[in-house]
Amino acid sequence: MRRWYVIAPPYLWLLIFFLVPFVIVFKISLSDIATAIPPYIPTLNLSAGWEGIKDFFSQLDFENYAFIFSDPLYIGAYWSSLKIAAIATFLTLLVGYPIAYGMARAPKEWQPTLMMLVILPFWTSFLIRVYAWIGILKKEGLLNLFLMNTGLVSEPLNIMNTTTAVYIGIVYSYLPFMILPLYTSLEKIKPSLIEAAEDLGSPPWKAFWQVTFPLSVPGIVAGCLLVFIPAVGEFVIPDLLGGSETLMIGKTLWSEFFNNRDWPVASAVAVILLIVLVVPIMMFQKMQEKQREAGL
Amino acid sequence: MNTRFSWFNITSIVLGFAFLYVPILLLIIYSFNESKLVTVWGGWSTKWYAGLLDNQALIDAAWVTLRVGLVSATIATILGTLAAIVLARMGRFRGRTLFSGLVFAPLVMPEVITGLSLLLLFVALNFDRGFWTVIIAHATFSMCFAAVVVQSRLLDFDKSVEEAAMDLGATPVKTFFQVTLPIIAPAVISAWLLSFTLSLDDLVIASFTTGPGATTLPIKIYSQVRLGVTPEINAVSTIMIALVAIGVLLASIASKRQAIRQEKETRAVDAGAG
Repeated sequence: MRRWYVIAPPYLWLLIFFLVPFVIVFKISLSDIATAIPPYIPTLNLSAGWEGIKDFFSQLDFENYAFIFSDPLYIGAYWSSLKIAAIATFLTLLVGYPIAYGMARAPKEWQPTLMMLVILPFWTSFLIRVYAWIGILKKEGLLNLFLMNTGLVSEPLNIMNTTTAVYIGIVYSYLPFMILPLYTSLEKIKPSLIEAAEDLGSPPWKAFWQVTFPLSVPGIVAGCLLVFIPAVGEFVIPDLLGGSETLMIGKTLWSEFFNNRDWPVASAVAVILLIVLVVPIMMFQKMQEKQREAGL
Repeated sequence: MNTRFSWFNITSIVLGFAFLYVPILLLIIYSFNESKLVTVWGGWSTKWYAGLLDNQALIDAAWVTLRVGLVSATIATILGTLAAIVLARMGRFRGRTLFSGLVFAPLVMPEVITGLSLLLLFVALNFDRGFWTVIIAHATFSMCFAAVVVQSRLLDFDKSVEEAAMDLGATPVKTFFQVTLPIIAPAVISAWLLSFTLSLDDLVIASFTTGPGATTLPIKIYSQVRLGVTPEINAVSTIMIALVAIGVLLASIASKRQAIRQEKETRAVDAGAG
């Protein structure tokens, strides 16, 4: 079939560089650390034939998983990652909804410009945007300087290196991911629907809750998934803004790998994180497929 | 929806954009600060920018980043465009569900997982880690973003133009290059730009997959940021922000121009037909 010439290159690339690596991660998560660096025990000895393969599988075990589950540090890190990501996603929704709503109701000729202004920060470096907040939030930073000079507070606020700083960082960095799907679904709502509700005597807030809000649910779900899933595994934000107080699994994985050099445990941490995220990721996939089919 | 500005809408837009832009503006302003202390304003100065020119390690890192970005964005755009065609035009085929899963999963996959898994692949294959492993890693996740951008354009336009070309005897390949590609060109260009900035931006995946001699700018910046806020980093950041802003602006002007040209052409065709 000729069409396989088109299908094969991206398919093979993704199989080799996205799917196969996960299989390797899984395999290494069942291995033991040999001398802190590869090769790990066991190694697959194909020259020994069937015996070699049997030998290989008999040596794999779930020791690393048992280790992770017995250590409250890891369980705590997973739990607090999920909690921080969930709260931050909700906060992003609270901040993003009025902006998306305002954009969808702005004059038509303004909308493309407003869209571009939302996307523009997303194009500038994530690292730089997180870094910008260090100068603002730290104890002798710009926020405290402003608050002290205006007399709003007498003592500098301690925001840097707390979970609050992580919330601010996530809301700030992921806001465009929330606004765009919200705007898309809000923009599709016909004004006549709201006018009809208002004509029938519904006060504006009631028209909002009973008409606009339910119709924007697809956008809310899409935006929340786009923020929540990557936020659970976030590394840069908790590392730079959260300090040692914030425990998040992305940071744990990073230090397990780069500081402790324990690759098998790092792999097991990654596998569990993936299992935790498999349901939201599948939801996201389903939605993308649906959107595509709706487009056809 | 309604096309009038109410006070509530204006307030939420203004506050929202202030939240998005004030931190970036502060960072830019303080890159011109004479004083080394972040909170003390010592007057305007460009000395931190001049200082950058002497920082050879930083310039080397910038070159590596630029080269990685150019190559990986090009690979990502080609593969991503092919993936978009598969998703938007190929209908059902064996393994389609897995394929669309492979395209969409990297969009939300936490970077630490992607980075770690790619590294373990490179180790298993005995690849020398460095320049090329970072390129492969960046091309892999960027191609999925590129695919989404191109796919939405492919779903948008009238398929009958392609069908007409094929009915008139053009081969699928010829149809693609003479009909489809010119129509989706703006999307392909923005896919390339997006892939390029994603590559410039990436810290986590590059940290996992890099090797000796391939330190990218984000890795370099990150190692300095951990030591604290300095005006030099503000200056580097400002340059990067300016480059990206100019790029995005040029791209949007180009696509607007093309949209106007296309509109004129359709109008001319309509006038001719009428």
